Amino acid sequence: MMARLLKSREALLAGAIALLLALVSWRFPGFVAPENLARIFNDTAILIILALGQTAVILTRCIDLSMAANLALCGMVAAMLNAAAPGIPVGALLALAILTGAALGAINGALVWQLGIPPIVVTLGTLTIYRGLIFVLSGGEWVNAHQMSEPFKDFARAELLGLPVLSWIAFLVVAAMAVLMTRAPLGRAFYAVGGNPTAAIYAGIDVGRTRFAAFTLAGAIAGLSGYLWVSRYAVAYVDIAAGFELDIIAACVIGGISIAGGIGSVGGAVLGALFLGLIKNALPVVNVSPFWQLAISGTAIIIAVVANARAEGRARRIILRKAEVLA
Amino acid sequence: MSLIKKIMVAAALSSALSVNSAHAETVKIALVVKALGIGFFEAANKGAQEAAKELGNVEVIYTGPTATTAEAQIETINALIAQNVNAIAVSANDKDALVPALKKAMSRGITVISWDSGVAPAGRQAHLNPSSNALIGNMCVKMAADNLPGGGDVAILSASATATNQNTWIAEMKKVLPNYPGIKIVATVYGDDLADKSYRETQGLIQSQPGLKAIIAPTSVGIVAAAQAVKDAGKIGTINVTGLGLPSEMAAHVKSGASKSFAIWNPIDLGYSATMIAYNLAAKKAEAKPGAEIPIGRMGKVKLDENNEGAMADPFVYDASNVEQFAKIF
Repeated sequence: MMARLLKSREALLAGAIALLLALVSWRFPGFVAPENLARIFNDTAILIILALGQTAVILTRCIDLSMAANLALCGMVAAMLNAAAPGIPVGALLALAILTGAALGAINGALVWQLGIPPIVVTLGTLTIYRGLIFVLSGGEWVNAHQMSEPFKDFARAELLGLPVLSWIAFLVVAAMAVLMTRAPLGRAFYAVGGNPTAAIYAGIDVGRTRFAAFTLAGAIAGLSGYLWVSRYAVAYVDIAAGFELDIIAACVIGGISIAGGIGSVGGAVLGALFLGLIKNALPVVNVSPFWQLAISGTAIIIAVVANARAEGRARRIILRKAEVLA
Repeated sequence: MSLIKKIMVAAALSSALSVNSAHAETVKIALVVKALGIGFFEAANKGAQEAAKELGNVEVIYTGPTATTAEAQIETINALIAQNVNAIAVSANDKDALVPALKKAMSRGITVISWDSGVAPAGRQAHLNPSSNALIGNMCVKMAADNLPGGGDVAILSASATATNQNTWIAEMKKVLPNYPGIKIVATVYGDDLADKSYRETQGLIQSQPGLKAIIAPTSVGIVAAAQAVKDAGKIGTINVTGLGLPSEMAAHVKSGASKSFAIWNPIDLGYSATMIAYNLAAKKAEAKPGAEIPIGRMGKVKLDENNEGAMADPFVYDASNVEQFAKIF
């Protein structure tokens, strides 16, 4: 029992998070106060949501580098519409952002599916295109706080049962993704396609179509996050969330989502994002030099990847041994 | 009438005539901007027109490319050389690429200065900086101190830890600290000019520095994020966010009270001063050489350093009384 618990990725990560919390609270006791933990969760909410979208893509043996650019484009569209027509209700803008994001994600998916281009190349290209489109749309101008309507800015920070709406949206997405990944045929197909594409075809799963679905889902999630980001920071410009795609992938990797596809869980991705969010929030408080902050984040990622590689290696050997025994 | 008197009258008349003929010839000054349609430069043009009106015999030609590229700006400059203007005052899209075109202009006797965004010394006679590092550093601390009569803890939110201009300004801030008794800089954090990191660093400051009274962010991304974080943390009135920002980006945060005041150069004054310098050099009323002092009308005068660069003035302070008006401009 203990051994199985130790092997469980989620339990290890939860332990690491608890250790990190204990270390920080030793130097700065106020850090573990419930309201501060709630604040950190809220700060990490967008990363959690995005990591779940990326998880779906990585599970199918693909990768989406364009999520942050997609987020920025959808955020800019929502912000510019709000500035131009403050009368449009926030709900409609939210829906529009999700649809725009899904469409952009579908472009990635279609290119991977129909043209068979490697996902890393496709999304590297669309990443640049989406960023460029933001510039074309906005002419390089910012949409500033005073141009946005009050409901547009207040939606994400409105409190509901003691937590901001942003946190509740994260809970909702986590729950929906957990159901999708464990109970829905599509979610299971993600695992099958990534785990063994050839076997998936024999099982009657359309690999290309499944990947298309994963990219569209990730796009919709990026669109949702685009609105949330712009609303939270009350500003939209070309460079928002620049470089954030790497944080998203790092959260997935730390959470034990295998870059080789087919392995990973919603819980792992959430914990990976929380771990990264915790580091980002803890280091400024304990006064660590900015250069060390980068080094520490990087070390955490490498340790996670090493742990992943070892865990996967073991799993493969066991399968082979079983196969040998059977033979 | 004695002969002497006749001669004197004649001399007076002729000198008056010659002055008149000099006045009749208008000095054509081209104000070349990075690109047309940018609020900041439209405002600079406003200042240039004001200077032209004040000088009387000056015509300001406001021009520039439609995109912020060096190639397009070179075309603009070549067209101005063909028009035979008297002076070119340029805010450059590229420090070095414009040099050959501007050298050609100078060889035709055209006065060339750069302002706002400079050209390498070989391509211009003088350069006008909106402000100097020392003035910016001092103004940042002054804005924080003005709202803290009893003194207090102040933190700096910078861009990246390796940004040269940021580090120079921070060093200048620390230099003037003895002039502001009671003001203590307790922390310097780095938001990397990313909205989310700056926001998070501000949250960290609010937590780790319980006595914090002001945050100085000499970066336009940082100051906006810090103001938003202070507002979200319910610290308006306790922590004042100040530093360098643009009025359009800061209007909402001044209105909410998160920022009482902030500074940036005034583009109107900048266009005005650039025109004044161009006029004085073109009309041979001043010479561009190290140590020279060139009068710039209502802005006083600007002193050139060893690179023929001068600083206009203190950064201009924006607060609740004027931010709305300037938010429409830039």
